[in-house]
Amino acid sequence: MSSSSALIIPRKGETDMFDTLLPYLLAGISVGGQYALIAVGYTLVYGILRLINFAHGDIFTAAGFFMVYLAATMPPALAIPLVILLTIVLGFTVERVAYKPLRTAPRMSIMISAIGVSYLLQNLMWYLTGGLARQYPVLPGLGDTIQLGSASTKVVTLVTPVLTIILVVLLVLLIKRTKIGMAMRAVSVDFETAQLMGIKINNVISVTFVIGSAMAAIGSMLYFTNYTAVTPTIGAMPGLKAFVAAVFGGIGSIPGAMIGALIIGICENLIKAAGLTMFSDAFTFALLIVVLLVRPTGLFGEKTTEKV
Amino acid sequence: MSENKSGGQNVLRLTDITMQFGGVVAINNLSLEVNQGEIVALIGPNGAGKTTAFNCITGVYEPTNGIVYFHGEPIAVNHPQGKMVKQYGGINGDLYKDRKPVVHTPDKITQMGIARTFQNIRLFKSQTVFDNVLIGTHLRRTSNVLTATFRLNAKEEKANREKTAKLLEIVGLADVADELATSLPYGKQRRLEIARALATDPTLLLLDEPAAGMNPQETDELGEFIVSIKNQFDLTVFMIEHHMNLVMEISDRIYVLDFGKQIAEGTPEEIQKNPVVIAAYLGVDEE
Amino acid sequence: MKMKKKANLRLIISIAVVVLLYAGAVIVEHTCGSKSMAVTVLQKGAVYALIAVSMNLLNGFTGLFSLGQAGFMLIGAYSYAILTIPMAKRAAVYQYYDGGIVQFTIGLLPALLVAGVVAAIFAALVGMPVLRLKGDYLAIATLGFAEIIRAFIQWDAIGPLTNGSNLLKTYPTLKTAMPGNTVLFTFIVVGVCIGLILLLINSTYGRAFKAIRDDEIAAEAMGINLFHHKQMAFVISSFFAGIGGALLAMYQGTLQANGFKSAMTYEILLIVVIGGLGSVSGSVIASFLFIACSEWWLRFLDAETMIGDFKVPLLAPGFRMVAFSIVIMVVVLFFRKGIMGDKELWELGNRRKAKGGRNIK
Repeated sequence: MSSSSALIIPRKGETDMFDTLLPYLLAGISVGGQYALIAVGYTLVYGILRLINFAHGDIFTAAGFFMVYLAATMPPALAIPLVILLTIVLGFTVERVAYKPLRTAPRMSIMISAIGVSYLLQNLMWYLTGGLARQYPVLPGLGDTIQLGSASTKVVTLVTPVLTIILVVLLVLLIKRTKIGMAMRAVSVDFETAQLMGIKINNVISVTFVIGSAMAAIGSMLYFTNYTAVTPTIGAMPGLKAFVAAVFGGIGSIPGAMIGALIIGICENLIKAAGLTMFSDAFTFALLIVVLLVRPTGLFGEKTTEKV
Repeated sequence: MSENKSGGQNVLRLTDITMQFGGVVAINNLSLEVNQGEIVALIGPNGAGKTTAFNCITGVYEPTNGIVYFHGEPIAVNHPQGKMVKQYGGINGDLYKDRKPVVHTPDKITQMGIARTFQNIRLFKSQTVFDNVLIGTHLRRTSNVLTATFRLNAKEEKANREKTAKLLEIVGLADVADELATSLPYGKQRRLEIARALATDPTLLLLDEPAAGMNPQETDELGEFIVSIKNQFDLTVFMIEHHMNLVMEISDRIYVLDFGKQIAEGTPEEIQKNPVVIAAYLGVDEE
Repeated sequence: MKMKKKANLRLIISIAVVVLLYAGAVIVEHTCGSKSMAVTVLQKGAVYALIAVSMNLLNGFTGLFSLGQAGFMLIGAYSYAILTIPMAKRAAVYQYYDGGIVQFTIGLLPALLVAGVVAAIFAALVGMPVLRLKGDYLAIATLGFAEIIRAFIQWDAIGPLTNGSNLLKTYPTLKTAMPGNTVLFTFIVVGVCIGLILLLINSTYGRAFKAIRDDEIAAEAMGINLFHHKQMAFVISSFFAGIGGALLAMYQGTLQANGFKSAMTYEILLIVVIGGLGSVSGSVIASFLFIACSEWWLRFLDAETMIGDFKVPLLAPGFRMVAFSIVIMVVVLFFRKGIMGDKELWELGNRRKAKGGRNIK
């Protein structure tokens, strides 16, 4: 549907086209990196619990609000780690309260619980903040504007991809090289056997939520530096897009999630460049559906055989 | 093609069926026939590929290579192309490779007249014994969703209910018709699965370990029961079973599988004496 | 014969109860007036009941975890509104699109029917690819389609049809089309629809749906064509969701695509869960409870209240929804079967079907 109208591009020459598209490309890479940080949480949790953690987007929003309130009373150097810590506590609590009791329940129950948590968090945030959009504080350095060729952009646009790549590399190392990483891999392959092998399932799951929440907190700092206003429901859409990115990249694969997120971020901004802003969200879902139908394991997912 | 040695019709024929999952060859070039009115048993140690063979027949799996015939009609045909022929072990691959692949979904196979039961009982958990069997009659409906919703199919519905009641009578579950299916003891659940399969009006009945979990007395009764329904419904029966007494007592012929390969075929007497079978199977099994 | 007599008696009692409930609802409207809270709850509760039951048909009875309900409601609502806006008002409503391209109107009841049919047609198209997916992938794909539909309807290029992202208004609403009888009208439409769904569920097709829910592989081995039956459930559910959407449009008075976000689907899913997956009466009860609580009974939680000089803590705008979502979480976590489990109100006396234990993977 969206591809029918061509990009609106001036035809003077290549440089002009590049100049026109550059800001969109930059924005795409930047927002893609931010989606990637959220997507990590989805892909890890789905890999282990087979659960679409619908509340993850709201945890991301909560991280935004934490910063709004903390930055008002303390210097950023203190606020940043504290925001990450609070977000981790929130993610951990959600898992323990809403998902752990349902370990043996049908998968549908856990998913409904996730939707319930999302509903609760949104309503809670609305209640606590009065439902008004809150201005996100300017984090030192990140919010400054710099000139890049003919385009001007915020520092965060450049910081995001770099930071994302560093974090993803660190995470991959964590999963490949450390004992807890090995446990996580084991649990994602076979929940029950891993349990029989003496892996403390609950600890592994908690670690997964801790990592996911921390990434979401960092992602929120980058995201809201660009978008500046925090509202109780703002996290829902980036959350869903990040999930799509995780599916696109192959659920369970962290580099896959990152690449998926970057592709989605860039495409979405190019669609905006084409004047079809309304379809930027719809595009993500169209992509999801195509991926699910054509290659359900995503770009980098491993093929699994179904047991009958 | 469908004439067998003794001149009767074969109901089911597998030729060169190979089933491979990744690197694991679950069935390797299996060929067998089941003739009209026979009770044929498929035996072999755990993991020999017996249930996989059933799944290839019923359309749950698409065989990697080979053809399944039902009443002479090919109901599953598959041949990998080119160098894959060798890899998939299709020794007669060249012979069939020009045939078009045929793939049917399990419901289509059931519609053709092959009904099955499951090794790990798969009853409809939230439903009563009666409704479990009644669902089997859905297949032969003449109603569509509108006529069914507006109860214009009352006659058919009544006939189906009567048929269900009769089937429950036959399998001896009439007194528990209104119980929840999963509340029945194991043996009765297996009988219920058979009743449910019969409700689809099959000509060939596949039984996957019908005696599993039954005590000796129940097993004896089951043997008589299988023979009696075979006669009553004019069925052909192909069954996987571990209870050797049952197998030897009611089977006309037996196929033995080991590691996906057929290692013997014959009457119960022949199989009991077959040294290969004894070595591979009977000798190492506790029974 | 005794069984039959009992069944007849039960039917007579059921009809009597329904008639009494309807009469009660009509009396409420005539004594409290159309603007009272009670009437609002009855109207909106009934509309939600239909939508919840339509969703239960999929999620509870067929075991398909679909989150596309808001999308199909949206299609129904728009179909209804577009077809019923009076000719004289079109120029004003479609002021940015030269009065729109639809230059005819149809009656209210036919429009409701068309609303369902259009939603069903979309569902058939969406279902073809999507219903091959399983479990949570199906959920996220249907959610995605609902979002795509919402974006599409607001697209400028089809503005002459849908009025883009502008409001649709002046179509016949409950108040304008059925003055004084809003509740009776809603109840009749909703009652007929739910009655049809009940008939379907208790037919041979309904049994097939439940078989698919309980065990797909066994259902297929019983000769039930999975795709065909899933598609049927999906289309029928969407048909009624479409009518539900149209009724919601009538209730609201104005219509805008942005009101039909995924949050709406979540809300309906939670209603279905509270009522019990696989229970029509549960969904109906839960709908009225949900609407009554959120629109009326819990309103006091939103008001800052002083008792003497003492300010009651916590009470402030938004607290109602917090309390409400906590209750929902308690149900989801500790009363997983909901109000009714998978039983119906009229089955409560029955011995059989004692155990619930939905097992949907």
